[in-house]
Amino acid sequence: MPERARASRRLNAAAAILEATAQCMDADSSVFLMGEGVADPKGIFGTTLGLVDRFGPDRVIEMPVAENGLTGIAIGAALMGRRPVMVHQRVDFALLALEQLLNNAAKTHFVTNGVHKVPLTVRMIIGRGWGQGPEHSQVFDSVFAHVPGLKVVMPSTPYEAKGMMVAAIRDDNPVIILEHRWMHYAEGEVPLQLYETPLIGPALVRQGDDLTIVASSYALLESIEAADHISEAGIHCDLFDLRIVRPLDLSLIIASVRRTGRLVIVDTGWKMFGVGAEIMAQVTEACFHDLKASPRRLGLPDHPTPSSRGLATTFYPTAQSLAETIAALIPEAAHRLAGPIKALENLRLSVPVDVPNPAFRVPF
Amino acid sequence: MHLSAHGHVTRFADRVEVISVSGDDSHWEDQLKSGWGTTRFFAAIEARKANSDLVLVDVMGAIVMSGKSQQQGLGAIVDTYAGRARNDDLGNDVSLALYKDMLRNRRIEEEIARRYTDQEMRCPVHLSIGQEAVSAGVCLALDRQDQIVSTHRAHAHYLSKGGDLKAMLAEFHGKASGCCGGRGGSMHIFDVPAGVLLSLPIVGSGIPVAAGAALAMKQRAEPHVAVAFLGDAAVEEGVFHEAANFAVLHSLPVIFVCENNLYSVYTPLKTRQPDLPLERLGRCHGMPSITADGNDAEAVLAVTRSAVARARAGDGPSFLVFDTYRWLEHCGPNYDNDIGYRTPAEFEAWRGRDPLSRMEEHLRNNGILDAGKIAALEADIDSEIDIAFKFALESPLPGPGEVNVYA
Repeated sequence: MPERARASRRLNAAAAILEATAQCMDADSSVFLMGEGVADPKGIFGTTLGLVDRFGPDRVIEMPVAENGLTGIAIGAALMGRRPVMVHQRVDFALLALEQLLNNAAKTHFVTNGVHKVPLTVRMIIGRGWGQGPEHSQVFDSVFAHVPGLKVVMPSTPYEAKGMMVAAIRDDNPVIILEHRWMHYAEGEVPLQLYETPLIGPALVRQGDDLTIVASSYALLESIEAADHISEAGIHCDLFDLRIVRPLDLSLIIASVRRTGRLVIVDTGWKMFGVGAEIMAQVTEACFHDLKASPRRLGLPDHPTPSSRGLATTFYPTAQSLAETIAALIPEAAHRLAGPIKALENLRLSVPVDVPNPAFRVPF
Repeated sequence: MHLSAHGHVTRFADRVEVISVSGDDSHWEDQLKSGWGTTRFFAAIEARKANSDLVLVDVMGAIVMSGKSQQQGLGAIVDTYAGRARNDDLGNDVSLALYKDMLRNRRIEEEIARRYTDQEMRCPVHLSIGQEAVSAGVCLALDRQDQIVSTHRAHAHYLSKGGDLKAMLAEFHGKASGCCGGRGGSMHIFDVPAGVLLSLPIVGSGIPVAAGAALAMKQRAEPHVAVAFLGDAAVEEGVFHEAANFAVLHSLPVIFVCENNLYSVYTPLKTRQPDLPLERLGRCHGMPSITADGNDAEAVLAVTRSAVARARAGDGPSFLVFDTYRWLEHCGPNYDNDIGYRTPAEFEAWRGRDPLSRMEEHLRNNGILDAGKIAALEADIDSEIDIAFKFALESPLPGPGEVNVYA
């Protein structure tokens, strides 16, 4: 659309998040930001840079290193009608705040029979690479999504990063944004205006009849890479960006699997007890008789994240491992997929395993 | 030199406390070991050197004034520093209001205990009998728009702040007309119009929520205050210190009210904490902190009023410790002095300091109350209680169906 093209430009996701925050703070004086590092010279990987100069230290609160207490303070302010946005530079830091998040943030609307609202946004950044190791690169999407009352969203593109951020701030519920550090580098078209993307349902990003792929967060970027390569070999998939882990709306995905008969889910976090397990269970319950093959999950192996790149070589699902899984799922296409798989392997070997793939800066 | 602080109660005025210095020289080390605190200890030494027997120390331990008590008197020194007149006599109206509040809470709790075995209230109940002076004194110092956040032992706080009795009892009965519509039970009671923001049953969990309410008040430049009720165990939680640190840092209008009833369920304070004054934990964060008799509603009111005035003036939080005692078991309607975690003698000593009887005696001595007036008050309260229980019993249970998980 020419209108939209004029009003948008290419941004990376970090800049899109910064813009969303600034525009929301401009539009609504009840919005304020707190976090460890929100007012420091690095500004949470650039996502809060300059905000303290623009809005002052009362609205951009450099918070003490006290995650649980400050989450409770944010909840108390939210109950009184403020719209706090809290940022954790790593999901792992937010573990200290689980009591407040899982009890008071998640349950207060229910327990007060709908009287109280908790319009709280909590950004949590998923680390990866450069030796982040066991306690700086966890995801915990399924942990937060396990608890009724929280919304859990995982943007995968700059467009969604801004749209979900705006929607989360405007939402009257506690929203946890699990934001992949490597997604920050992804570039794409981002409208200049203030807009929101809905906090419900997946988005179809590639269309095809041979199988259904569901991926979230950075795993989506790998999946797009895989989907585009296998399509050159004539294998076409419905690829869904899961977007919203809770509330989980699988109706589009179930309809897709009824048509394709094949499902692969790529988790950003651990495969065991992961979000993929829930998706697989619900889809299988809904369309068991439509399945042509057993659904498959990719995800992190059943051990903590190692620091060394030597140990991390096979830790994360990749476009290549997804293509290999698809080849196993569609045996008659295996020989046709050998070429794309080799190409994906070469692509993977062309960059170190512990830095973001530069190819993923392409438009989404 | 014997350092006497008249028990551990000191006079509170803004950012200072008063230490009186008297007696012989033989107990210095004992006083220090007994947790009197280095701040007071060194202040006392300085006062001795200056030939003073009264000294004012600010929250960081600096001496701001010292003098001889016979010249100025304790109160005069404080008031000179604070720059305002004393308000020793709260007046009979205030005393009577405190008495009525305590009497009402006592009789409501006793009726809950009496009816509990009917098994119509099918949720845990944590009764406040014996601790009524705290909620009475604190809440009388507050306005309706001021917010409180309570704990698992929430009934008295809720009621003293003006929470709806019918909605509370209906909630205990699991009824649709309960304040939580049956979602919360006794440990989650709240009343928005009355300023009972929330009650939260996880120890310490409500402390930052109250501080957050205070942050919202400050951001909107409202003249209100928030009160976090907490118990003696909550100061063992990290979240207390996290909230206290932030509240002082940002001068939030929040008051941390620590009701020290000496036990966390069955575990005594001395098993859980070193034998040091609880109030030091507020002072170490840099806020005015004081311990007062939590069974004296007037004392509770007086110190809370100081803290409220300070908070409303934008001068930040205070930490108030009120020593009191829970008469009944931690959870449930019974006395449990026989099971061995505390002695009947200890209980009897505290019952001898019953906040309700003490206030009644005071009012009788002043000619405000007599047997007839008390009987009339009790009859009014009992009638209100009967109506509220009838409402709770006759209200329908909520049906399975709509639940508000998301706004």
